[in-house]
Amino acid sequence: MIKYDVVTTISYPKKGAMGKTGGWRAFKPILDKEKCVRCLRCWIFCPEGAIIRKEDDSVEIDYDYCKGCGICANECRVKAISMVREESK
Amino acid sequence: MRIVVDTGNHIAAKAVQMARVDVVAAYPITPQTTIVERIAEYVEKGEFHGDYICVESEHSAMSACIGASAVGARTFTATSSHGLLLMHEMLHWAALARLPIVMANVNRAIGPGWNIWSDQNDSISQRDTGWIQFYCSSNQEIFDTIIQAFKLGEHEKVQLPVMVNYDGFILSHTSLPVKIPEQEEIDEFLPKRKIKWKLDINNPITHGNIIMPNDYPKIRRAMQEAHENAHGIIKEISREWEERFGIYHGELLELYKCDDVDYVLLSMGALGAESKVAVDEMRKKGRKIGLARVRVLRPFPKKEVIELARHSDLIVIDRNISVGMEGALFTEIKASLYGEVDAKVYGYIAGLGGKDVTFKDISKMCERVMDGKYGGYMIFDVEG
Amino acid sequence: MAIKDLPKEEYVLPGSAACPGCPATIALRTVLKALGKRTILVIPAWWTAVIQSWYPHTSFKVPILNIAFEAAAAAASGVSSGLKVLGEKDINVVVWAGDGGTYDIGIQALSGALERNTDFIYICYNNQIYSNTGIQRSGATPYAAWTTTTVGGKREFNKDMGAIVMAHRIPYVATACISYPEDLYKKVMKAKEIRGPKYIEILTPCPPGWRFSMDKTVEVGRLAVETGAWPLYEYENGKMSFNGFSKLILEGKVKRKPIEEWLKMQGRFRNLFKPKRDEERIRRIEEFIERMWEDFRSKV
Repeated sequence: MIKYDVVTTISYPKKGAMGKTGGWRAFKPILDKEKCVRCLRCWIFCPEGAIIRKEDDSVEIDYDYCKGCGICANECRVKAISMVREESK
Repeated sequence: MRIVVDTGNHIAAKAVQMARVDVVAAYPITPQTTIVERIAEYVEKGEFHGDYICVESEHSAMSACIGASAVGARTFTATSSHGLLLMHEMLHWAALARLPIVMANVNRAIGPGWNIWSDQNDSISQRDTGWIQFYCSSNQEIFDTIIQAFKLGEHEKVQLPVMVNYDGFILSHTSLPVKIPEQEEIDEFLPKRKIKWKLDINNPITHGNIIMPNDYPKIRRAMQEAHENAHGIIKEISREWEERFGIYHGELLELYKCDDVDYVLLSMGALGAESKVAVDEMRKKGRKIGLARVRVLRPFPKKEVIELARHSDLIVIDRNISVGMEGALFTEIKASLYGEVDAKVYGYIAGLGGKDVTFKDISKMCERVMDGKYGGYMIFDVEG
Repeated sequence: MAIKDLPKEEYVLPGSAACPGCPATIALRTVLKALGKRTILVIPAWWTAVIQSWYPHTSFKVPILNIAFEAAAAAASGVSSGLKVLGEKDINVVVWAGDGGTYDIGIQALSGALERNTDFIYICYNNQIYSNTGIQRSGATPYAAWTTTTVGGKREFNKDMGAIVMAHRIPYVATACISYPEDLYKKVMKAKEIRGPKYIEILTPCPPGWRFSMDKTVEVGRLAVETGAWPLYEYENGKMSFNGFSKLILEGKVKRKPIEEWLKMQGRFRNLFKPKRDEERIRRIEEFIERMWEDFRSKV
């Protein structure tokens, strides 16, 4: 990125612009890889882009940023994702 | 260099064409309309290299200018009175975004009742938007100032939008001779716009998202610094124009016979031109009075006004009123002098809603002061 | 087309300021996959202005011009015109505005930009409320819905924005819903290839605004389509056609699910069911939807 030399509200892309938003989570999605059929519904519906799609279309959850909304679990047709309460910190 | 005799509005359109403007977005309003009509004619004849967006309102005109300027286009609009007021929100936006858009504003009174004649209350209401403001007193100055406005606004130390004001009908619809340089000469004076930031798919920034209280003040401070920079750069540009084209309209002030005088008269726009005639008449009668026509209201020529007040008392005539206070120029001049110099400042308001102000009226106001008969601040149009 | 056919490239970065379960980022991820890198977004004041996160950072990897609430379509006209004059070709100029910025405060600028044939895609993200200011009614809010300015339920029906836009006779109009990403992706891809103004409206159920649990965002959207409350259609060359489940409803191949199923999922319609069932208002909603479909059938 080129930094522009003028003072106005110019913002630059950053992963985690609001920090590690995983800290917002109350419930945590747990993926059962055995059940996963790689349909990628969780990937496309994740509001945060926190489901990482791998080369072979298997998925992994990025807990650094997952906000724990539970859409992935609700949309999974084979019930491969379950939501569990976060341990109190 | 050739001489063209034409109206202020057509001369403004000529300047826009010769500045090689990329995008014009404008909405018609009396008495600005003949600018956009002339630009539309240029477009139709293939004599305009840019695009003219026929927007559906002045608010959209300024919004479209912001969009075009944000991708790097040299951008112009023109408006007047209620049109300028409708733009108000986006005037702030353009300045905070540091986009060097140039606008011609044909000064006109505000309704109700509908009044299409000259009055500076439209642009005075925009003083705090962060735009640089010029006030012209002749068609020559309209042409020259529009070209200069691009150079000034686009200057790397300025990066601000510029409003070029002139009086409705008195200048907008009156034909006067204007010296027009050759296109190559204009191109040499005004090179292509240098971009300080833009929307670029290869450098994907976000402009204008949320900014927190800790960061916001530095955006405002940078604007203030840009205005301070503009103060000096206006002078440089005026001198460069004089060197290249032999025409000089002054810098932030145009001083006329101000040496060794007891009084200096200050006014703006076409009233400034009429004031010259008044000064000549009064001097014939032995009065020691000169004129400082205020050409630039933002940045305010504070230092220059203080210098004048070191040697003379000041008489101010405003073609505007900040209702509940007084004429805007009167207030700002007094504020500039506070704690710096102890001169007397006398004020009048004249010419509201296009009320004719002759050199005789101006002389009458000044002589009243000089004869010790100043009866206090007043609206001359009403109280005479 | 299957979900796996959608590009992997992401333009919305994780760790943004969006609420958990936010439909805006769901929609934006898919829309930007279709638009790709050669895109400039123009965004008026609304929830996506917040989602970007704050200065000096942004969660987006395409350039964005934020602009005043009512000004997006006009600003996009300027962007489009500027790019054209400067010779920058094949860049998608895209407005991403809410229903407030589209149906209400921004309708004049939108109408102007459509009429003057601006080459851009205008995307209306319709969550049927002013969400940025904390859930007030908009011209898109449905009849009987609770908002903080319609505490007893909205007394008027929503506007038909699609019809208003189609009345401008632009080359492409489509509706979509976040629950059908392949359909949304295809529509954006199609709009990209057409010159002139394109309008796409996406239904985006808002968990705090509609009062449902955040994991149900996609489900509520799906039910809006299945009950016929939200139609999926395209308008091209002056003709309307329907897509997916909506096509089946239109052709009478499936019966719409009862509207109550959708209403009951959302706390904003609680007034209709508690303390007692409001037969009159439920009937009016049902009639409104049935009349909308009759009207569609007469047009296709």
